[in-house]
Amino acid sequence: MLCQECGKRPASLHFSKIVNGDKSEYHLCEACAREKGELIPGTSGGFSIHNLLSGLLNFEAVEQGKRTVNPESLRCEVCGMTYSQFSKLGRFGCSSCYKYFNNRLDPLFKRVHGSTVHTGKVPLRVGGEIKTKRQIETLKRRLQDSIDHEEFETAAQLRDQIRELERQITEH
Amino acid sequence: MNDLRFTEQPFSHWMRTAGNESEIVISSRVRIARNLQKHPFPLLATNQHLEEVQQELRQVLKDPRLKAYGVLHPIQLSETDDLNKKMLVEKHLISPSLANESRNGAVYISEDESLSIMVNEEDHLRIQCLYPGFQIKEAWEKASAVDDIFEDHVTYAFDDKRGYLTSCPTNVGTGLRASVMMHLPALVLTQQINRILSAVSQIGLTVRGIYGEGSEAMGNLFQISNQITLGQSEAEIIDNLRSVVLQIIGHEKAARERLMSESRLRVTDRVMRSFGILSYAAVIDSKEAAQRLSDVRLGINLGLIDGIAPQTMNELMVLTQPGFLYKSFNGKIEAGEMDMYRAKLIRQKLGKSLK
Ligand SMILES: [Zn+2]
Ligand SMILES: [Zn+2]
Repeated sequence: MLCQECGKRPASLHFSKIVNGDKSEYHLCEACAREKGELIPGTSGGFSIHNLLSGLLNFEAVEQGKRTVNPESLRCEVCGMTYSQFSKLGRFGCSSCYKYFNNRLDPLFKRVHGSTVHTGKVPLRVGGEIKTKRQIETLKRRLQDSIDHEEFETAAQLRDQIRELERQITEH
Repeated sequence: MNDLRFTEQPFSHWMRTAGNESEIVISSRVRIARNLQKHPFPLLATNQHLEEVQQELRQVLKDPRLKAYGVLHPIQLSETDDLNKKMLVEKHLISPSLANESRNGAVYISEDESLSIMVNEEDHLRIQCLYPGFQIKEAWEKASAVDDIFEDHVTYAFDDKRGYLTSCPTNVGTGLRASVMMHLPALVLTQQINRILSAVSQIGLTVRGIYGEGSEAMGNLFQISNQITLGQSEAEIIDNLRSVVLQIIGHEKAARERLMSESRLRVTDRVMRSFGILSYAAVIDSKEAAQRLSDVRLGINLGLIDGIAPQTMNELMVLTQPGFLYKSFNGKIEAGEMDMYRAKLIRQKLGKSLK
């Protein structure tokens, strides 16, 4: 397969970019990938996935900047990084940046990961409550299921379990 | 004082052992990224902050449960010269970013080199587990167990909704990057590789060739890794990668069988020519060396070449990189002599195995 950019050298980098849930494919030779700044981390060209990301971020800033806060003035109060610096660097300054930039992050994460919410591992020590919340969500889905199937005895049992778990959280 | 044992010799424990599916899968690697709640990420942290991060994480290393993973040898990057850094990167024990860009960076490497704990890379903590062959699930389990021990002592930056918070938005959520390095010469020879790799890149995985000094994928080596870290659980990420790798293994095996049944003579000729060149060449560049080593590895797998352990190929893969090559000849290599010494070293290694 030839590089889609120059059409001369063989394409040696193959990857997909997710934009609004649509995946687009890229087949590039290294020279063209380097030029476009779309190298993947760890290759000899260095960390230019950040350039790729910052492209996405800037696009978003322009798109949303018209109607919402100016990205210059959106700032993390803890480390001082502005949203516009974040879009250029493609990296957060501290864990609080996630909180201060929260409103802007859903579209970004959707593009990069196709999703916005973590569903994986939870720290053992601080994660007790999160685990209970997840358990409650699962039970609620099963409750709805059993109501749909008119299994009322099961539904009653599930409702009790949910109440018990919710009580545990409020007592905490 | 830095421990230089890891650059004294090119073999890692994993190169000597075979591992599962080791004819096609060279190694399995898992890396998890974590940050401490109370400090800014390394990009914005002051040197004072980073020193505190080091101290805090160093305390954790005293946890007796870590003894199960063998002695962990500390290396301070600021006290390591460029050659040794380069060699640690060539062995995949540290990332290029830790070697070249970190402030107050350190790494703790286990005796068998399967575990390395990087401090103050792009994130405060990166736990890497590197296993021979196809053992991605085992690598994840070990890295996760080490993660649990750290979590017992320090408070991670974690958010209910976003998961583990990382410096780069591409790592948020699980912080997990799982990758498998595969040798796929038959898929390349039968020209099926691009079709397969582009299919793989459509399902949220990244494929890249392994690069040497030049610009093309070298030695028919490909690294397959997950791209998505948010919205999938670790088990889903690992299972997804495993099942794709298993399918690629199946395709590569089928292609090898087809080569042997339909073009045995041509494959034998190619393999033996490469074996001949590696055995007798006086000068060889890194790109040609990688290609010939790939041919010989295939020849060993197909039973066309006897008397050379497949592990010798793993060893040569590392040894022919510039850093290790330089070190093998005690730093006596002048500019422009690299290709001559590379050829010499390969001849020696093959000669020894042929005895
Ligand atoms: Zn090109
Ligand atoms: Zn911040």
